Amino acid sequence: MGVRLDHPLRSVVALPVLIALIAFPLLMQVIDEPFYVVLASRILIFALVATSLNLLVGFGGMVSFGHAAFLGAGAYVVAILMQHGVTSAWIAWPAAVAVAGVAALLIGAISLRTRGVYFIMITLAFAQMMYFIFVSLKAYGGDDGLPLPSRSIVAPALDLSSDVAFYYVVLAFVLLGFFLFARLVNSRFGRVLQGIRENETRMEAVGYPVYRYKLVAFVIAGAAAGLGGALLVNQNELASPAMLNWPQSGMLLTMVILGGVGFLWGGAIGAVVLLLLEEVLATYTIHWQLGVGLVLLAVVLFAPNGLSTLRKSTGAQARDG
Amino acid sequence: MSRFIVALAALLLSVCPLHAAEKIKVGFLSTMSGPSAALGIDIRDGFALAMQQNGGKLGGLAAELVVGDDQQNADTGKQLIERLLKKDRVDFVTGIVFTNVMLAVAPAVFDAQTFLISANATPSQLSGEGCSPWFFSTSWQNDGAHEAAGKYIADKGYSSVVLIAPNYPAGKDALTGFKRFYKGTVIDEMYTKLGQLDYAAELAQVRAAKPQAVYIFLPGGMGVNFIKQYNAAGLNRSMVLVGPGFSADEDVIKAVGEPMAGMFNTAQWAHDLDNAQNKRFVADFRKQYGRTPTVYASQGYDAAQLIDAAVRGVKGKIEDKAALRKAFEAADFPSVRGDFAFNVNHVPIQNYYLRQVVKGADGKLTNKLVSTILTAHKDAYAAACKMK
Amino acid sequence: MDLILILEQGLNGLQFGLMLFLLAAGLTLVFGIMDMINLAHGSLYMIGAYLAALVLGSTGSFLLAVCGALAGTAAIGMLIEIGILRRLYARDHLSQVLATFALLLIANEAMRILFGSQSLALNPPEVLSGPVELLPGFLYPAYRLLIIAVGLAVALLLYLLVAKTRVGMLVRAGASNREMALAMGVNVKALFTAVFGVGAALCALAGAMLGPLLAVEVGMGESILILAFVVIVIGGIGSIRGALAGALIVGVVDTLGRTLLPMSLRAVLPPAVASNLGPSLASILIYVLMAGVLFWRPQGLFPARG
Repeated sequence: MGVRLDHPLRSVVALPVLIALIAFPLLMQVIDEPFYVVLASRILIFALVATSLNLLVGFGGMVSFGHAAFLGAGAYVVAILMQHGVTSAWIAWPAAVAVAGVAALLIGAISLRTRGVYFIMITLAFAQMMYFIFVSLKAYGGDDGLPLPSRSIVAPALDLSSDVAFYYVVLAFVLLGFFLFARLVNSRFGRVLQGIRENETRMEAVGYPVYRYKLVAFVIAGAAAGLGGALLVNQNELASPAMLNWPQSGMLLTMVILGGVGFLWGGAIGAVVLLLLEEVLATYTIHWQLGVGLVLLAVVLFAPNGLSTLRKSTGAQARDG
Repeated sequence: MSRFIVALAALLLSVCPLHAAEKIKVGFLSTMSGPSAALGIDIRDGFALAMQQNGGKLGGLAAELVVGDDQQNADTGKQLIERLLKKDRVDFVTGIVFTNVMLAVAPAVFDAQTFLISANATPSQLSGEGCSPWFFSTSWQNDGAHEAAGKYIADKGYSSVVLIAPNYPAGKDALTGFKRFYKGTVIDEMYTKLGQLDYAAELAQVRAAKPQAVYIFLPGGMGVNFIKQYNAAGLNRSMVLVGPGFSADEDVIKAVGEPMAGMFNTAQWAHDLDNAQNKRFVADFRKQYGRTPTVYASQGYDAAQLIDAAVRGVKGKIEDKAALRKAFEAADFPSVRGDFAFNVNHVPIQNYYLRQVVKGADGKLTNKLVSTILTAHKDAYAAACKMK
Repeated sequence: MDLILILEQGLNGLQFGLMLFLLAAGLTLVFGIMDMINLAHGSLYMIGAYLAALVLGSTGSFLLAVCGALAGTAAIGMLIEIGILRRLYARDHLSQVLATFALLLIANEAMRILFGSQSLALNPPEVLSGPVELLPGFLYPAYRLLIIAVGLAVALLLYLLVAKTRVGMLVRAGASNREMALAMGVNVKALFTAVFGVGAALCALAGAMLGPLLAVEVGMGESILILAFVVIVIGGIGSIRGALAGALIVGVVDTLGRTLLPMSLRAVLPPAVASNLGPSLASILIYVLMAGVLFWRPQGLFPARG
C-alpha cells in the first residue's frame, strides 16, 4: 500500500460541486428558506479554515492544536480596524491575512523547533496566550467580544448586509483558496511536504531544508485561516476571544479527521459534515454534541484510510525528536 | 421528508396574499444552563405562566415560545438569534438575562425590525443615545436597583464601602449607578470575571480594606458562591453585606440558607407587594411551580402581559409595526409592581424598595418588603434619548 | 503590605495549587507511562463532582459523598480505559487527541442528560462552613484548610506509593522507559488500568473537594484541564514531583495575578481595566512559561528520566 502524493482536482467532481454552490442561494430563495444561505456561508468559511489545517496536519504531518489562533487573529484585525473607522474590505481583509501570516511566522518559527507531542503542546500554549491577550484587551471588548457595527464594505454597489451577496463573496474567496490549495499540494512544494510527513529524517538526509518547508506551510495555513477569520467575523458581526480558545482548535481538528486527513477534499468535507450534523441534530435534541462525539469517536477508532497517512513514530523518536 | 413538506408549504404560503397573522412566535433567548440557569428558567416560567393564564394565547392569538439557551455567552447568543430571526422567524424576542448577550444580540434584532422586549438586561447603551424604537424593557434600567442601594447605604451612614461587580457592561452600570447616589468613601472597586465562582482572592482584599459595608452586584450562581465564601471567611462578623435584589432573591436564599438571614437588598418588586395582580401572580406561580417567584419571574410575567396588551391593542395585526409600537408605549396592562409607565426611552418609571431576608410566616427564609427608597424613579439616561 | 493579606493569599495559592496537583498527577502518569494525551481527564473531574453531589444529596454525609465519588469515578475510568482507551495506546497523538476530545463531548452531554443543565448544589459539612482563627484577627475558611490538608496528605501518599512500594517502582520504570519495562515482563495491561484508575480517583477527589467552592456544572473540567496540561509540561511529563512543583508554580502565579497585579495596576489604570488585566497577564505568563519550557527544556523541570 503506497502513499499517494497526487491529489488531482477532478473536474467530474469539482464541476457539479461548483454548479451546486452557485445555484444554492437561488434554490433557497425559491423555497423561501433564507436561513440556509447563512448556514451555507458559515460552512464555506469553515471549509476554507479546515482545509488550511489539513495542509498542516494531513499533508505536512504537523498536528497543530492552536490553529484557531490564526482564525481569531484575522477576525480581530477586521473588528479592530473597523472600530478605528477602517471599514473597507480591501484594506481590512488583506490586513487580516497579513497579520495572521506574521503571527504564524513567529509562532511557527519557535514551535517547529519542537517535535511530536511537544509540538502539539506548544501550539496549544501559543493559542492560549493569544486567547488571553484578547481577553485582556478591554478596549476591544475583552471577554464580551468586539461587535462589528456593519459588515466590511467591498463596493458601493455590493451591500454585504444582504446574506445572499455575502454568500457569493465568501464563495468567491473560498473557491479561490481551494483552487490554490489544490495547485499547491500537487506542486513540487506539496510533494516535498508530503515527503517530510512520511519521513522527515530521510528528507533531511537527502538535502531538503525541512524546517524551512514546514515553516512556509505553517505560514500559508495561518494566513488562509486569517482570511477565514475575516470572513467569519463579517458573518457573525462579532469577534470574540472564544474564536481562539482551545475547543475551537479541537473542532477544527475534528473537521479534518471527519473529512479525511491528507485528502484534497478532507477539510471541506469535514466542515460540511460537522456543521450539518450540528444543525440537523440540533433541531431534534439539545444534546447534539453527544451525536458529534459518538461519530468522532467511531471515526477515530475504526479509522478510514485517511488516518493511515499519520503513522505513529515510536515513542522514543516522538519524544526526543 | 417532513422537511420537504414544510418547504412546499412555505412555498405555497409565500405566494398567498398577506393577511393578519394567526399565530405569534416569541423567540425566548435566555441563560438556561450553568450556575445562573435559575434566572433564565424563572423568566421563562413567569412568561409561560402569563401565557397559560391567557389560555396559551397572547393578545387573542395562539402563541408559541421558541426557547434558546445562550449559556451566558455572547457569541452563542449571536448565533442563536440568527436562527430565531431567520429560520424560526419569530415575531418578538425576549428573555435575555445577561447584558453581554443583550448588547451582542440587540443590533441584529433591530435590523430585522423585530421588537425586543427585555425582561431583564437594560444597559445604559440602549437607554440613552442608543435607545431604539424596537426596544422595550419590563424590568428596569441596569443602574436602578444599585442607585437605590447607594442611597440606602448613604442614608444608613456607612462611611466606607468596598464595591464588587462582574467585569461586563452591567457590572459597570451597577457601580456607576451606586456611586451616583453614594457619596462616602469607596475604598476599593473590584471587578471580577463574569461567571467567576471562587472569590478567595477578592475576599482577602476585602478583609485587608476593612470597610464598613460591602456592596456586591453578583447575580445568580456568582452571588451564591460569594455569599457562602464571605461567611466562611468570617467577614460577616465585621462588616455589613448589601446587595441588589439579584444577589438576594429566592434562588440565592435557597442555595445559601441561614447565613443570609438579615441581609438587606433593593429591587423594584417584592413578592409581598400589596396589589391584586401581584397576589394572583404569586399564588398561581407557587401553585404551578412549587416555589416563590423571584424578581426575574415577575419581569418575565410582565413581559408576556405587555406583549398581550400590545397585540390586543392592534387587534392581532402585528404586521403593522408602527401601530404595534404605539400599543407597546401605552403599556396598558396590570403590572405586578402596581402602576406601570414607560419613559421616552421605553424604560419603566417605577419605585424601588428596600427588602430584607427574614423568616416568613412558615418559618422559611424569604424576602420581606421593608420600605420605599426611590419613588417614581426615572433613569439617568432618558434625557439623552432622542425618541419622543 | 498587610501581613494577613500576604498570608491569606499565600494559603489561597497553596490551596489552588494542591487541587491542580491532584489533577496533574493522574494526567502526568497517564501521559508518561502510556504516552497518551487524555483530553477526557477533565471529564473525570466533572464526573467525580457530580457523583459527590449525588451521594451527598441522598445520604447527607460529605464523607460518603467523597468516597462514593472516588470509587465510582475510578470504576468508570477503568471501564473507559479497558473499553476504549486501550486501543489508542499504539495510535498517533492526533488520534488520541480526537478520541479523547470525543469522550469529552460525550461525557458533557451525558451529564446534561442525566442531571439537567442547571448546576447541582454541593455543600461542605456544616461544621466546616465557618472560619478558623489562625492568627489574632486572621480568620481563614475552615473548608479551604481541609482542602490544603487533603492535598498535602495525598501528595505525601503518592510520594510514598511511587518511591517506596513495588507498584510504585513499576510505575517509575514504565514512566522512564516503557519499552524496557515491557521487555522486563511487567504486566502492562493491568498496570495501565490501575494507573488510569488511580488517576481517575485523584480527579474525583479534586472534583468533590472543589465542588462546594465552585459549581457542579457541565463543562467544569475544561478550564482546569488545560491548566493541568500546563502543569505537567512545566513539571515534566511522567514525574509526580514535577507535577507538584508545576502545580505550585502555576498556583502561585495565578494567585499573584488575581491579587498583587490588579492591586498595583489599580494605581495607574481605571479599576475595570486593572481588574481584567491582572488575571489575564497571569494567564499569559503561565503560557509563556509553558512555551519556554517546551522550547528550552522539553523534558520539564523534574524529568521522569533523571
